[in-house]
Amino acid sequence: MKTMVLQRFGIGLITLLVVSVLVFAGTEILPGDVAEIVLGQSATPENLAKLRSELGLDKPAYIRYFEWLGDMITFDLGISKAGGASIGDLIGGRLYNTFFMGGIVAVIAVPLSIFLGLLAAMYPGSWIDRVVTFATLGLISVPEFFIATVCVLVLSVQLHWLPAVAYMSGDESFLQLMRALLLPILTLVIVISAQMIRMTRAGILNVLHSPYIEMAILKGVPRKRIILRHALFNAIGPIVNVIALNLAYLVSGVVIIETIFAYPGLAKLMVDGVQTRDLPLVQACAMIFCGTYVVLILTADIASILSNPRLRQPK
Amino acid sequence: MNDEKKSDIEAKQSVDTDPKAEESSSDQFEELQTAPPKQKLKLSWVGKIAVVIIAIWIVIAFAGPYIAPFHEADMIADDSFLPADKQFWLGSDYLGRDTFSRILWGARTTIGISFISTLAAYFVGITLGIAAAVKGGWTDTILSRVNDAILSLPTIMLGLIIIAALGSSIPILILTAGLIYAASVYRIARALGQDIMVADFVECARARGEGVWWIIFREVLPNCAMPLATDFGLRLVFVVLFISSLSFLGLGVQPPMSDWGSMVRENLQGLGYGSFAAIWPALAIATLTISVNLVVDDISASAGGKLAGKMV
Repeated sequence: MKTMVLQRFGIGLITLLVVSVLVFAGTEILPGDVAEIVLGQSATPENLAKLRSELGLDKPAYIRYFEWLGDMITFDLGISKAGGASIGDLIGGRLYNTFFMGGIVAVIAVPLSIFLGLLAAMYPGSWIDRVVTFATLGLISVPEFFIATVCVLVLSVQLHWLPAVAYMSGDESFLQLMRALLLPILTLVIVISAQMIRMTRAGILNVLHSPYIEMAILKGVPRKRIILRHALFNAIGPIVNVIALNLAYLVSGVVIIETIFAYPGLAKLMVDGVQTRDLPLVQACAMIFCGTYVVLILTADIASILSNPRLRQPK
Repeated sequence: MNDEKKSDIEAKQSVDTDPKAEESSSDQFEELQTAPPKQKLKLSWVGKIAVVIIAIWIVIAFAGPYIAPFHEADMIADDSFLPADKQFWLGSDYLGRDTFSRILWGARTTIGISFISTLAAYFVGITLGIAAAVKGGWTDTILSRVNDAILSLPTIMLGLIIIAALGSSIPILILTAGLIYAASVYRIARALGQDIMVADFVECARARGEGVWWIIFREVLPNCAMPLATDFGLRLVFVVLFISSLSFLGLGVQPPMSDWGSMVRENLQGLGYGSFAAIWPALAIATLTISVNLVVDDISASAGGKLAGKMV
């Protein structure tokens, strides 16, 4: 078991390395380098050469890659191309905002999805199940911004209940903050839950097809007891797996939602960075997002290994 | 134009059927006396409605610009965010352009780009996947490791990184989406290919002394065709969502071309004035993607869920 878990860690690390190469290579494809951009019009060959050697740009690409990687690991994220602010400072508060929203979404979405998934799995083919499966299929096949625009239209424009923009000045009371964040949170909860409900339902139905459940049915154990005492415990592994996977999906959902609601989070910063082609900034954000994603997927993998005795034994 | 036409025909095949796909593959095997009975595809009534919706969108993708009352870039209305009336069926957008016409024009951009991207993803994914399955060894190991790395990242992040580096234009969009989604096609194609390579009939072919290419084209590919065709629908949905999300972020199709994703973005501010201009294009995407998903669901259900298992 230990070797398997270690192996997963190894794969996770390799993935991160490949990502860093991809992210770094992105900058290398671009014509021109930072020195040319910084100097702009006043670039003479001597000036350029001097700045390049100052910035270390005259070294070969692979050496610069390792230096960049070292900087990333020690959280020295470099300087933004636009405005020359330190990326560490730019990211700090934004990162907190994004994790804050993600945390709230997880706390609401996880119990809700497990409950609805269980309910649908408990009565397969019933109207509850049909409504849940149809609604979630619909929700997973539309873009996040569709759900967001509909929420805004109904809750903010038609009913005037909530503000359409998650603007934060920093000195609101907690209640005001919650009110401003309610729409983005609601949208993300809907997006994430739809996936999670489907996967929970599938996970439990899968367990329900096993022989020991059939045995329990034949013994005359009531349905509720079968689900809650027999099936649920064996489905915990797959469900933890599903939760980790879906929190990872949050990473992509957050990009769209922050843009729609103008929420000052990390994803918004990254999208702005892409628009202005501020590569150092995009690199740093991409590494943070991909790192989080890889860690969550790793957690999902390890959870499923730990919870399933059959997976613990290497074949 | 030509490309679109071709892709269109293929879309229809993948959507409304697999009997057709089977027919064409069985044409090649006329010598077989006892071919398996043709499987009839039964669509639920929901599935039938979905097929009709998809067909309508395909027609619009072709005919959109000809039947649209106005040009996509014409600022024809007197004011922005006008409500729907007799002249402008769905109202006007933030520049006073006709929303209805822009949706008709946008169908070509959105569906066309997604379609070509998905085809590219299929071409790359199947070629590499089958190569990995047939060759095995190092080719397989290297391709699969790189593939795992791509699959273990959120698609939108990959898209953002590539576009930050290369800028955005339609060919780059197609390549980006094609490459990113080739990873998942590769995985399916490789899994299917591996299953088939160890089947008895491949062993027979080898024993007969058939070459590698013959085995690939006559045994492996025809046997992968059906599951891959069904999966095409699912992949197309992902690509449509991916492309429109990028456009929505302002990083995909650039103005003044109309595209459903960027139309939502442009008209978002209109929501505040009670304008539906942002809702219609979003609804267009939703009807297309939901319909494709419903049809794929029906097809995999009628195949006894076997396909669904392989596609995960």
